[in-house]
Amino acid sequence: MYSKIFSTPKTIIEPEKLYSEKDVEFIGTKLSEEIRKIFKGSLAIREVDAGSTNACEQELTALGNSFYDVERFGVHFVASPRHADMLMVTGPVSRNMAAALKKTYEATPEPKIVVAVGDDAIDGGIFKGSYAVMDGVEKVIPVDFKIPGDPPSPKRILCALLQILKIIDKNNSKS
Amino acid sequence: MNIALLIIQSLLIPAFSPLIVGVIRKIKAKFQNRQGASVFQPYRDLMKLFNKDEVISENASWIFRYTPYFLFALTVAISFGVPTISTDASLSYLGDFLVFVYLIAFGAFFLALSGLDTSSAFGGMGSSREMTVAALTEGGFIFSLFSVSLLTGKSDFPNMIGALSSMPVSDIIAPVLIAFIAFYIVLLAECARYPFDNPATHLELTMIHEAMILEYSGKRLALIEWAAANKLLIFISLAANIFFPWQVANTSEVVPVIVSLLLFAVKVFVLSASVAVLESTIAKLRFFRLPDLLMTSLVLGMISIVLTII
Amino acid sequence: MFPAFFIQEGLFISLGIFALGAIGALLISVLKKDDNLENIWGNSFAIFGSFMGLLYAVSVILSNSNFSFKATETFFLFPINMKVDLLSAFFVFIISLVALLSSVYSIGYMRQFYGKYNIGLFGFFYNIFIASMMLVVTSNDALYFLVVWELMSLVSYFLVIFEHDHKENIKAGFLYFIMTHIATGGIILAFMLIYSATGSFDFDAIRLASANISPFYFAIISLLMLVGFGTKAGIIPLHIWLPEAHPAAPSQVSALMSGVMIKTGIFMIIRLFFDVIPSNAMWFGMLVLVLGAVSSLLGVLYAITEHDIKRLLAYHSVENIGIILMGLGSSLIFISAQNMTLAALAFAAALFHTMNHAIFKALLFLGAGSVVSATHTRNIEEYGGLIKKMPYTALFFLVGSVAISALPPFNGFASEWLTYQALFAGVGTFGIFEKSVFIFAIVSLAFTGGLAAACFVKAFGVTFLAKSRSHESENAKESDRTLLFGMSVLAFLCLALGVFSDRVVIYLGNITNSLLIFSNEIPFMPAGNGVISVRSDHASLAMMQIFILIVLFAAIAYFAVKKISGSCKERIYGTWDCGANLNPRMEITATSFSRSIISMFSGILKPTKQIDIEYHDANIRYFTKSSTVTLGIGNIYKSYIYGPVSRMIIGISDIAKRIQCGNINLYLLYIFMTIIILLIWVTK
Repeated sequence: MYSKIFSTPKTIIEPEKLYSEKDVEFIGTKLSEEIRKIFKGSLAIREVDAGSTNACEQELTALGNSFYDVERFGVHFVASPRHADMLMVTGPVSRNMAAALKKTYEATPEPKIVVAVGDDAIDGGIFKGSYAVMDGVEKVIPVDFKIPGDPPSPKRILCALLQILKIIDKNNSKS
Repeated sequence: MNIALLIIQSLLIPAFSPLIVGVIRKIKAKFQNRQGASVFQPYRDLMKLFNKDEVISENASWIFRYTPYFLFALTVAISFGVPTISTDASLSYLGDFLVFVYLIAFGAFFLALSGLDTSSAFGGMGSSREMTVAALTEGGFIFSLFSVSLLTGKSDFPNMIGALSSMPVSDIIAPVLIAFIAFYIVLLAECARYPFDNPATHLELTMIHEAMILEYSGKRLALIEWAAANKLLIFISLAANIFFPWQVANTSEVVPVIVSLLLFAVKVFVLSASVAVLESTIAKLRFFRLPDLLMTSLVLGMISIVLTII
Repeated sequence: MFPAFFIQEGLFISLGIFALGAIGALLISVLKKDDNLENIWGNSFAIFGSFMGLLYAVSVILSNSNFSFKATETFFLFPINMKVDLLSAFFVFIISLVALLSSVYSIGYMRQFYGKYNIGLFGFFYNIFIASMMLVVTSNDALYFLVVWELMSLVSYFLVIFEHDHKENIKAGFLYFIMTHIATGGIILAFMLIYSATGSFDFDAIRLASANISPFYFAIISLLMLVGFGTKAGIIPLHIWLPEAHPAAPSQVSALMSGVMIKTGIFMIIRLFFDVIPSNAMWFGMLVLVLGAVSSLLGVLYAITEHDIKRLLAYHSVENIGIILMGLGSSLIFISAQNMTLAALAFAAALFHTMNHAIFKALLFLGAGSVVSATHTRNIEEYGGLIKKMPYTALFFLVGSVAISALPPFNGFASEWLTYQALFAGVGTFGIFEKSVFIFAIVSLAFTGGLAAACFVKAFGVTFLAKSRSHESENAKESDRTLLFGMSVLAFLCLALGVFSDRVVIYLGNITNSLLIFSNEIPFMPAGNGVISVRSDHASLAMMQIFILIVLFAAIAYFAVKKISGSCKERIYGTWDCGANLNPRMEITATSFSRSIISMFSGILKPTKQIDIEYHDANIRYFTKSSTVTLGIGNIYKSYIYGPVSRMIIGISDIAKRIQCGNINLYLLYIFMTIIILLIWVTK
């Protein structure tokens, strides 16, 4: 077992396969110059559950396992929004969680990116129009990126993340 | 004393501590069949944090604001007393082992105060646990270093290392090994590693060190993370050099220094790997079982002292 | 020149000033009843008196000369016999220093008692208290000593019960009164035994005839003296009056009692067992060492359980007396092993810690007094957030907390370092039995240091940091300048004595050498450049360099980070509370902070938990109305020591009561029997 330190069995999904995914759809905005420079190489994600069905959470948890392994791209999950650069919000933002979500957003230091993960978070999804939800994260805090899907598979989330990182990187190398 | 060598060997610790943290994380990842982040990832994390803005709690006072600078300065000052490469180029008054123990306690004191400062429930809990563990660790800490001091008749690190390396191995092997085990347990306790604390946890109920830094962000968080990494490397280099002191250079000439540096790198790597292997194989202990482990460290220290007479 | 005159008359000048202050304050209270004038008169005379005492002590120490005064035919039935050598001058220095700063503090502090209590009476007792302490440490004759000792105890009793509207203060004073008189009884008995062995009450004569005391007598005398002075000093298990009496007194009196009065017990232990009747008994040194180790560990454990701020500080006094006794005990052991250099080292460590403890304990009590008078409660659980309302008090209290936790580069660390060196030397130089006693002492000292730091994180953190937990502490205001002045000087001294400890130990070395048994022994090597070096360069300590390096690196870190992250902004927002609404009830409380340590030491502390539940319907006990949980600590001294002893005494008294039955015929029988026996005896 201890020889694993030196050679790991290859259970991992190759980055090239991820980069070559063509049908990744996500909606995003342009990122400011500063953010791109700072976040090159290291991104801390705080995941916020705003009343979701936990389906997206399961997929986000799967990102850390030995098949997808998001850590090798310099991305890691943190325990407090104070430590975070990116907030990944799931769920259609129930009324009870609206204030809490706003507080989380304010507690995250600048510069920050907000990503709405899943159809629920984008515009309410299957709960759209219900009296108990705010119909999407955009109604509560400003959103930079959206990843559609109910829930989006870890592969899709990972590809989207990599595309976001590429945007950060590309404009950085361009300027 | 060669001033250049002094500065180089002391700044070695702040410079390479994030690398050691990266190595430990990489080995843990390999154990989990993952690839993990690169070993230089902590450097990138620190650089990013230095460029981020901060959010400070409205309840925080000057203690919260100035503790990170003080903590970082403390670890850098301590590393001036730790002979990583050569015992010739290290400040012996900073290397007195009692001064070392109490300076570490000073850092824990202020970190605990800053955890209480923001009136966050997690911070207070983390401070309470941290002070409990720190109070109980002192016994094993002092005893393990004292037994080496008793063997060698000196009480600061450069002289202890020099004297121990010139004593015949068969006389000293038993007390030194047992003192090393006691010191290793103290290392795990002070640096918040398994089985005392999980450095990668998200559950606040299980945090000790992480709970106190939940409120920090931006450059202050970077300083505290760096200070914690420094503390880990200081403890590892002490464990490497005091208890296995052979070939640590005692002059400032080039060849012994290079040999010593290479051997030091190997020792540090082996010890970091052992910490990482321990973290990947054993479970974290319940908080109320930690005193048992710390008392074990104390008793091992006492056994080591008794063995020095025989 | 001025110093020469001063050395002859200085002590009398300061005593005279105290007497004037005392009588004047009393007269004003009787004649004029002006609270402000009584306050200023009493305290200013105390300030001048202690200032004179300070100058006097410094001039004696610097000029290394003795002074003695004898008046054998006096108005009183006992001779007045004073002697000031370097040891006494050292203690006069400590007394004067703490008294000076406490009196400055007292001017502002007494304002809260205007109209409620008699301030002139307080001034009277306060001045006599300080004067009597000075008289105790300069006494040279057993009878005279007993008189001034009793004076000091009586006056401090009146000071403890100054706030007599609170019934618990009177109870506390009464307990103190009884304990100190039991102690004095033991001391009187011991001095009688010394008289019967050596034929004199005068300390100089006893010193010359000390070889006449047989080892058996010495054992009894030393145990009685240890019990007697140990009660005053507060060693476990004789300490039960300390946590009651010190909180009951007004804060500047607590500072004096805790900082200086208990040191008079230590002073007499030193005077007797190192100077007047020097002991060669190994068992006695071991006893003192073990008592010191136990006191320090138990003292700090009990301190952790407290959340009344002044009781917490009182238990820390017990702990620090334990540390001083560890130094003295190891010194006694080294003397009996004829290793005078190490004995001098241990002795000097104990002296240094005496001075350091007086300073930081006074600082802490004065700070606690400011907090208590601003918030009108002694319960830590009702404080919080005071650092924003009382920033300077918080800073000085922080300095005191860091000093008492023995963290470098403050003075507490310097004296604990020296004590450690003495104990380490003991482990290195003895056989297996003594070695294990020393190892036990080192374990106790190591844990004491760590637990004291934990306790002060709790005390300082819960009091000053976070948000305020009660209405009172929200409206607290910073203390005024007289209170802050005293504390600031003490805080500065804590840092200065630590950083310049290499200069201080030179004077301590001189004081150590002044004792006959230690002459020509130099415990420290003045290695110059701010380094203390002990045991032939085995270990050395350089506080100034450590201090400079830390400050330097902190400054470099600050400016470097400012340069790198200069453009980063800081935003103030609420504490991260996971989205819930944070209120002060969610913060950690002092009880829960220390509960983990208490559970871990539950064998020693015996924590108790009592749950009282009130139901809506007493018969169908299903729906609770209210539930109260009381967490406490078992009082083992009452149940295992004082309880059985008092029951036994009452039992014996009950049996002896039967002699007096009220029946006249029986009394006539007693007289008749006595006459018969006397007649038989005389005719024999």
